[in-house]
Amino acid sequence: MIINKVRAPIALFAVLFTLWLLLSGTLAIDVLAIGLLVSFAIAFLLRDSSVLYAEPHPTPIAFLAVVLYFFYFLKELVKSNIMVAGIVLTPSMPINPGIVKVRTRLKSRSGRLLLANSITLTPGTLTVELRDEWLYIHWITVESTDIDVVTARIVAGFERYLEVIYG
Amino acid sequence: MGIILDVIGGLLLIGGASFLVVCGLGLIRMPDLFTRIQAGTKATTLGTLLTLVGATCLRPEWGIELLLIGLFTFFTNPLSSHVLARAAHRSGVRKLSTMKVDRLAEDTGGES
Amino acid sequence: MGNFLIYVAAALVGLAFIFAFTRFIKGPSAADRVVAFDVLTIISITGIVLGALAGERSIYLDVALVYALLSFLGVIVVARYIEGGF
Repeated sequence: MIINKVRAPIALFAVLFTLWLLLSGTLAIDVLAIGLLVSFAIAFLLRDSSVLYAEPHPTPIAFLAVVLYFFYFLKELVKSNIMVAGIVLTPSMPINPGIVKVRTRLKSRSGRLLLANSITLTPGTLTVELRDEWLYIHWITVESTDIDVVTARIVAGFERYLEVIYG
Repeated sequence: MGIILDVIGGLLLIGGASFLVVCGLGLIRMPDLFTRIQAGTKATTLGTLLTLVGATCLRPEWGIELLLIGLFTFFTNPLSSHVLARAAHRSGVRKLSTMKVDRLAEDTGGES
Repeated sequence: MGNFLIYVAAALVGLAFIFAFTRFIKGPSAADRVVAFDVLTIISITGIVLGALAGERSIYLDVALVYALLSFLGVIVVARYIEGGF
């Protein structure tokens, strides 16, 4: 945890400064100096509550997992959009909505947040509530209500990558 | 080359806008709140992203700003829909819904 | 050619706006209206980007960015209010 105390504000600083660079869009020395100063001040003031930023592992394998996760996610996003568009455009509206419960193996808070976010954007599913390791998911076409079956169906694909990133 | 990129960009713009139309239609046609949120979040995310990619094809020099808008919608869209769904469920909108199963209501014991 | 396609896309965005606005008027619950409002803001952001393209002004993109930020906060606040979580 000592390492996290040091790493978290640095990670926050890096995120803030990158955002500043993208927003300002110049490399003028005065603009850079203001950005450095403000990012440092914010990272310093929030040093105790920035633990979230140190949760991903900074290893090469985790980085590779981030890239793979991103492409898997894009694929699922396109699939989900086409599926929902298909449902909306079908005159009979083939839906069977319900809320199901799944379990996640992820321990870290930001890992669970990312998982919930990803689930919301993928085929016909929407995270309604997060309670410890349980996620409650609204599913537009319920195929099963058994916890293990649903977990394998909805969560497993993302969890595979997120487990590498967050451990 | 410039013309090809222009046409691809324009087609991407139209594709994204069509997804937005489908989303609006879904908002009207879906029977209850949760399915409306589904239609609202999915189709709009891809619609907006496609439009932004199309705009980047037309104006490559705006790339960074468009990327920022894209990233922002990408992260906030699911969050706001999740918060809305939770608020609706807690405030009891579920009683009006057409859901077959509701594990969350079972676990909270029906009170909220 | 490119400009023509932009106008077609803008017309489609307008149509989407009308659909979402219908839901906004009809309701029936407050939560439905907030969902419609959320979708309306996303559609407007796309509209602003199209406006920037048609008018060739990159300053509108900053407007879109700030609008996205504020509307997100607005939706969160209203959702918390519906929830009664203050």
